[in-house]
Formats: sequence, C-alpha cells, structure tokens
Amino acid sequence: MSSRDVILGRVRRAIADVRQDDTPYEQAVDRSYLREHGARSVAETVDLLAENLADYRAVVHRCQAGELAATIAGLLTERGAETVVAPVGLDEAWLAATDATRVPDRLGSTPHELDAVDSVVTACAVAIAETGTIVLDGGPDQGRRRITLVPDHHICVVRVPDQVVSSVPQALERLDPARPLTWISGPSATSDIELDRVEGVHGPRTLEVVLVSDQARAEVSS
Amino acid sequence: MSGTFVGMPAFPEAAHEAVHNATLRGNLRHATHTIRSKRAKAVAEVSDWAALREAGKQIKDHTLRHLHRYLVQLEESVTAAGGTVHWAADADEANRIVAELVKMTGESEVVKVKSMATQEIGLNEALEAEGIRAYETDLAELIVQLGKDRPSHILVPAIHRNRGEIRDIFAREMSEWGRPAPEGLTDTPSELAEAARLHLREKFLRAKVGISGANFMVAETGTLVVVESEGNGRMCLTLPETLISVVGIEKIVPTWQDLEVFLQTLPRSSTAERMNPYTSTWTGTTDEDGPQTFHLVLLDNGRTDTLADEVGRQALRCIRCSACLNVCPVYERAGGHAYGSVYPGPIGAILSPQLRGIQSEIDASLPYASSLCGACYEVCPVAIDIPEVLVHLRERVVEGGLTTRDGNKVVLKPAKGHAAERAAMRAARWAFSHPGALRTGQRLASRTRRFHPRTLPGPGKAWSASRDLPAVPAEPFRDWWQRTQGGKADSK
Repeated sequence: MSSRDVILGRVRRAIADVRQDDTPYEQAVDRSYLREHGARSVAETVDLLAENLADYRAVVHRCQAGELAATIAGLLTERGAETVVAPVGLDEAWLAATDATRVPDRLGSTPHELDAVDSVVTACAVAIAETGTIVLDGGPDQGRRRITLVPDHHICVVRVPDQVVSSVPQALERLDPARPLTWISGPSATSDIELDRVEGVHGPRTLEVVLVSDQARAEVSS
Repeated sequence: MSGTFVGMPAFPEAAHEAVHNATLRGNLRHATHTIRSKRAKAVAEVSDWAALREAGKQIKDHTLRHLHRYLVQLEESVTAAGGTVHWAADADEANRIVAELVKMTGESEVVKVKSMATQEIGLNEALEAEGIRAYETDLAELIVQLGKDRPSHILVPAIHRNRGEIRDIFAREMSEWGRPAPEGLTDTPSELAEAARLHLREKFLRAKVGISGANFMVAETGTLVVVESEGNGRMCLTLPETLISVVGIEKIVPTWQDLEVFLQTLPRSSTAERMNPYTSTWTGTTDEDGPQTFHLVLLDNGRTDTLADEVGRQALRCIRCSACLNVCPVYERAGGHAYGSVYPGPIGAILSPQLRGIQSEIDASLPYASSLCGACYEVCPVAIDIPEVLVHLRERVVEGGLTTRDGNKVVLKPAKGHAAERAAMRAARWAFSHPGALRTGQRLASRTRRFHPRTLPGPGKAWSASRDLPAVPAEPFRDWWQRTQGGKADSK
C-alpha cells in the first residue's frame, strides 16, 4: 500500500466520529468579521496607507502623474544609482528622466548579475492601507520576483487611489491566486537579536514607495 | 516523530537547570514581556478580533473534520499547477524522499528557510548523512546552527542568546561554513545582521535547490504561503531551480478566501505587527519566474494519530504564532530547551506528546509542564483550549487507556513514575467506599499526629519537597459532626 493510501486511510479512521451530515463548508464558518476596519473616505484611505508604510520604515513620496518621471529620477540620483533594473512592461515614460543605465529583467540574467545592480523600479498590483502593504503579482510592469529581492534599493510606484484598498480581505478579492504573489510591508527586517529591529538582512534595505495620483481622475471623482 | 532531542531529561529536571541560568532567564523575560505587550496593542487595533479568532477556529476545525477530502483536492490542484506531490507517513520516509529529490538534481548543498516540520523530522542530519549540506538561512536559525545549539522559541529560535554570545559564535564559526565574519566584528545588532547578510548571500546566489515549509496550503487553488520577515524565505523560494516544500498535512485551508482570516491574525499574534514584512505565495510553478521544478512533501508523522483523539485534535489547529509561549509563566522561567522538542511552550506541551506518543519520560512529563493558568488559551488566535488538552493528556499518562499509534488503536499502560499517584487514588477510592475503615483510619491519624513527618518518604518525596504537608486535625471532622450535631451543640 502506498503512503498516500496509508495516510488517507488513517485520516478516515481518525475522524470516524464525524457525522456524515456534518455542516458543509459554506455554513461551517461564521464570516461576521469586518470587511474593513472603520469608515474612511478615499483620501483618508490613501493617507492611512502612507502613514502605515512610513511606520514600517518605508520611505513614502507623493506626486502627480506628470511629476512621476522627475520624482523617480530624483530618487535614483539621491541614491547614487548608476544602474537600474526594470521589468519589461514598465511604462517607458517613468524612466524617461533618469541617467541611470537601464538593465532589462532578462530570463538569462544570473542572481550574481542582479546583485551588482543598484536599484529596481516596479509598479504593483494592489496596496493595503490598514497594514501598509504593497503586493506584487509578477505582472509585466512588476517583473520576476527576484528583481525586487536582490538589489538593495526598491522604488515601487502605487497609483492612487485606483490601486489602494483598505484591508486584507479586499486585497485578496482583487488578487489572482494562480500568479506568484509577493506581499511587502516595509523593507526586510529582523528582530532576532535581542528583539532589536534591524532593517535589511536579505531583501532590499531601502524601500521607497511613490504614491502617484492621477490629477484628472481625482478631479472627476471628487 | 523522531524529534526528541537525544538524551533529553524529563521536563522537571531540564527546567530545574534552566531556572538557575540567570542569563537565560533575563533574556527570556525581556523577550516574552516585550512581545507580549506589543501583541496586546496590535490585537487591540482590530475591533473584530473575537470574530476573526472564531472564524479561524471554525475554518481549521472544518478542515480537520474533512481532511482526507481536502488532501486529495490539494494534491489535484498542486499537480494541475505543475507541482509534484509526495506523501510521507513518518520522519524517515520524508527524509528519504527529500534526500532522493536533492540527489536527482546532482547538487550537494541546499538552502533552507526556517521550517519547523523539517526540524521535527531531523532533515538536516538526515541530509548530512547522505552527503548533502543544508544551510539554515533565517538569522536566528543561522545562530542556532553555527552555535551547534537547539532552537528555544517558535518565532525567535535564538532568543536565549544575547548579542555578546552571538558575536562570539559568528566570529568563531562562520569561516567553517563559508564566508568568515568580518574582522573586528562588534556586538551591535546591525553589524551582526550585516555579517549574516554577507555570509548567507554567497549561498543564496549559487543555490540550485531550496527547501521550505509553508504556513498555509490552499486546497482549492493549490497555493502555498510562506510568511516571514527577513527575505531569506523569498531567496529560498525564488532563486533556486528546484524547490522542495515539506509541510504537515494539518496546514491546509479550504479556500483562497480563508487566507483573509489568517493573514490578519497570524502577524498580529506572532510578531505583533500589522503585517509581517514579506509574504510569498506560489501555485505550482510559473514560467520564467522562480523554480521550474516544485515538489510538495505532505507529512503525517503522528498527525493522524493526533487527529484520532477527539479532545487532543484541536492542537492541529495551531498556526505556530508563538503567542502562547510569550504569556506562559512556565516557559518564561524554564526556557524552550526544557520541553525537549522543536515545539516548546504550552503548544509544545500538548503537541509533542501527541505527535510522539507518551511512552518516553520527557513526553510523559510534558502535560505537567504547566500551571494551568489559562493565559495560553486566552491569546491563542485559533482558540485552542490548551489547558483542556493538558488535563486530558495527564489523565492519559496516569491512567493509560485507548490511543492511536501509527494509525492503530492501542491500549496504553499507565506511564511509569505515576505508580504512587495511582496507588494513592486507588486507596482513596477504597477508603471512601468503606466508611468504617475510613473512620478508624482518621482516628488513628489524629491520635498519632505528633509523630507525623514533615515530608513524605519514598515516591511521595518529590511532591512534598516543594510543599508543606497539611496538618492532621486533632479530631476527625465526622467525629466532630457527630459529637456536636453539626455544630448545633456546644463545640469544644
């Protein structure tokens, strides 16, 4: 008998006390917990995102759509970044103002090559205000998971308010489980030594989040 | 479960040594109190905590009650997503499967992200025996591995070490395992973390095989979830060509939506954060992104035996947050090593004896490693009634009885060392059902009270070592009642 059969057989015998007409899954769980915590306007939700990102030591910047290229170029210059890796589907205009040499997100590039890159710029799939989290789903403007992992400096652009949700339940609704997801709340951190928080053990030590608002859209919706 | 630390003494003995270690107690007190108060704050932030806790409990209970169905569904969805599923009935089988998979890649080293399941089965040692070196990559796990030590906490396994000790371990051991520690390394946490970053980065960038655990597996989609802080998890999950995940069968949740409960309760209960810095999910393999070969090893190793116990099975709801450790007065003083298992603290006291059985001295002693104060139950985000299970297991230790080992029903003999307790109870039962004998005995006791010792001899010695024996009254209660007609007549 295979171990599969052994284990499944043991499970069946172990739960023989469970009645056959046991409550189906749909009724087994009381989902009276909240879909989001507190009532906020759209602007307040974005403010909360900025606040919680900063609380987790991400560096938060805000700008209008027209200023994005200049903002990103400024951040790269400030960092002294000479090379920047960007996913294939990233809006070309975002990197139009920087002098940093662009490194493509190639299948063949080795982790060692990535390790030599100064910065990475990506978009995101969704951002969660209540927890200060950005989520990447490997889409064309976010690239392979490793490009936001190996370089030491990550600039992530969040379109507000479109890409912002309040809560974890709302974020999961928007995400596709078939895609590989990376949830990022602040830069890499450890508290393993006497519970002293230290940023950056393996992931990027600096996370900068640019909240870019589409002025035209904001006016329409207000 | 082969996870008993070799030569481990029973809990009282191990704890006795630990409480005399002032450094250990200081480190632990600082750690548990800090996390405890931070956690209370993080939990207070969400007004629906009680509802989330209840939902978490119900999801896990439902899954356990239909586990065979969800296991099969998970297998189907992982396979459909491009993964391969393996089943391991016990530690040896799991180790054999993993070693075989690593050998098939032709590699002789692997990077690991902290996984309690692989610690439980002793995977590193098993791989070593096959000529494969496994590198732990979580900072705390690295400290434990380099220090040839054992983990003492679920979340922060090296919490028993202070910065000075860590510096010495790094300076002494790193060169044995790869890149040496920088010259003149001090004991500031940022410098120590930097030394670990450089040391481990070399390994990550060349690793071809990664080994992980998982916090959750979604039956509906075949998605695995790893929750972490440092990014070593992301390194192990995305850089290697082959990924092998070893996961206990109880880690299933039925649907994608269920994650909304646990991704809220786990970080707040565990590190007291709104969200941990990194969460990775993967569903099989993804073209051109991450490992192109994915193996899932589903581990039983005592879990189905635990499931067979109607009271004890709730321990399988555990999501390994470690909140119960941080509030436990016994853990705080005894330290994690005293529990003789990778699962220390209150949850360890009910999980280890169920996974391993209560035949060994350490496992028989674990249900007693508690004051039954109930704080662990209060903080548990999936509402495991740890005191209830402890009492249930104590009964099993003392009385023996029907239990399940390796899938078979067996009748356990009462554990050794509890003979006196059992004899005393049996004598009490006899005496209470023979009133004449009881009366005679009580009168005899009263008359001889001047000669009674302050401590008990023989098997009762341990009990009276930490307690004063109650004084025997000058007159038995029943004699007093009869003489005074229940206190109505004048008493003496």
